[in-house]
Amino acid sequence: MSGSIERRLRIYARESRYECVKQLRMPTQLLFGLGFPVMFYTVFGLLFSRGGGASFGLYYIAAYGAFGIISGALYGFGVDVATERAQGWMLLKRASPMPYEAYFLAKLARSLLFSLTSIVLLTVVGVVLLGVRVPVLAWGEMTLVLVAGAAPFCALGLAIGYWVGPNAAVAVVNVVNMPMAILSGLWIPFSVLPSFVHRIAIFMPAYHYGQLALAVVGQGQPESMLGHVLVMAGFMVVSLVLAHAAYRRDEDKTYG
Amino acid sequence: MAAAVAELEGVTKRFGPVTALDSVDLTLRAGEVTAILGPNGAGKTTAVRLMLGLARPSAGRARLLGGDPTSIAARERVGVMLQVSKVPETLRVAEHIRLFSTYYPSPMPLAEIVDLAGLTGLEHRAFGTLSGGQQQRLLFALALCGKPDFLVLDEPTVGLDVEARRAFWTEMRRLVSRGRSLLLTTHYIEEADALADRIVILQAGRIVADGPPAEIKARVAGKQVRCVTRLDEDALLALPGARAWRQDKGASVISVTDAESFVRDLLAGDASVSELEVSSANLEQAFMQLTMPAPPVGAGQGDGR
Repeated sequence: MSGSIERRLRIYARESRYECVKQLRMPTQLLFGLGFPVMFYTVFGLLFSRGGGASFGLYYIAAYGAFGIISGALYGFGVDVATERAQGWMLLKRASPMPYEAYFLAKLARSLLFSLTSIVLLTVVGVVLLGVRVPVLAWGEMTLVLVAGAAPFCALGLAIGYWVGPNAAVAVVNVVNMPMAILSGLWIPFSVLPSFVHRIAIFMPAYHYGQLALAVVGQGQPESMLGHVLVMAGFMVVSLVLAHAAYRRDEDKTYG
Repeated sequence: MAAAVAELEGVTKRFGPVTALDSVDLTLRAGEVTAILGPNGAGKTTAVRLMLGLARPSAGRARLLGGDPTSIAARERVGVMLQVSKVPETLRVAEHIRLFSTYYPSPMPLAEIVDLAGLTGLEHRAFGTLSGGQQQRLLFALALCGKPDFLVLDEPTVGLDVEARRAFWTEMRRLVSRGRSLLLTTHYIEEADALADRIVILQAGRIVADGPPAEIKARVAGKQVRCVTRLDEDALLALPGARAWRQDKGASVISVTDAESFVRDLLAGDASVSELEVSSANLEQAFMQLTMPAPPVGAGQGDGR
């Protein structure tokens, strides 16, 4: 084996740093990814939160946090992988001595940072603008669940990024992202939505993600948490298998 | 004999029904500057990808610096410039170089790479704001930053204007004089002639010629005669010393061993000959002969006379 562990860690660190720098320099992506959830939170939170207690305020932070994190994961992995693949950047990295996992770890780091930023922003807006009281322990648990639960959506993004080109990736991500968020009850609570939506929702990974986050803030059914975790894990495995298949197909494509 | 830096042993690569490379044997040795020359679709890029472990051979074996082409150990000694159109646009020149330098055990200092690749003053510019030539120079810097023993450039000057291309050649010669092994692919004959001491010509996935530029040129014996004539292919090839014939914009181009006696017989056979030109065979003509779809009689074997 060449290269010490220390050098490998340095590669991971720098790759991650530049991945985040890249993200920071794409203001429109940030605006959509971070700004939309905050905007929806403010509007819908004001509309639906009448009579809600402290944990009911967290409901919206959890739901919109989930929405924002899914967007970030789908864009960061889906659109960017598709773009970097099409532009030949990925191939150049593969030809370099970069350990291949560094590329994905960097994207995960970026997703992590994005997720935390999204949650903090929503929390600040909730506390400052909407006067929500946030219990620290529940908030911490929710944050953990939201951050960890981003992984299956990163995998889905990866599958999209490997299967389609950059322009199509933007379209596919948009087509998947918004409807899935609405049908999974991340925008508007199920209590306000027509009942058939709930029957569709159980097929959406985002529903299980949202339910997990809600369960830890005392708004879901804690007894069904294992089920949600299993569904998301299964979904993640399927996405990774699809991504891998597309990667192999890509490898065997002729570029002229 | 110098150590092999890259080897293809009986390598065949198929993409679905298309055979991009057909049982190719090719060994590149340390200190050599090799150009793989061929028309589009000849298999140049495929050959490079197989050597670099970016694609798996359908049959045969590829080795890089004596080892597995996908190993990090081999890749740490190779610098690569692929036909990349873009790297992330929002990252700056110095950031791109620093990132790539991290991948190598003993990279060149940033200032040295910037200077070598002619990027001085552009360190803080985002990639997206660079001109085409500047972008190409950055990609070149990324290939160089790890102080590679073996430099691989896939169509390095494609899309550059003539001036930028010549400037690039000058830089390359400077680098090569430091004893690096270099492989470049190109479909510019003059590029191969200007840089390489070995030219490998690929045609439809097979090696049709391999040797020093002078030897390749010598394979097209004698001179080229170009004229407009009533005589057809068969009649022209029947003349003494005629070796190959092709049509070019309404004129006949004939490779001949002895121009004077050929022209004498040509004029005797057709008094109406016009636009007569006699020229020495150059690499371009050698290339055209070697890569013509159906090789004309006598061409390609270089048996002298």
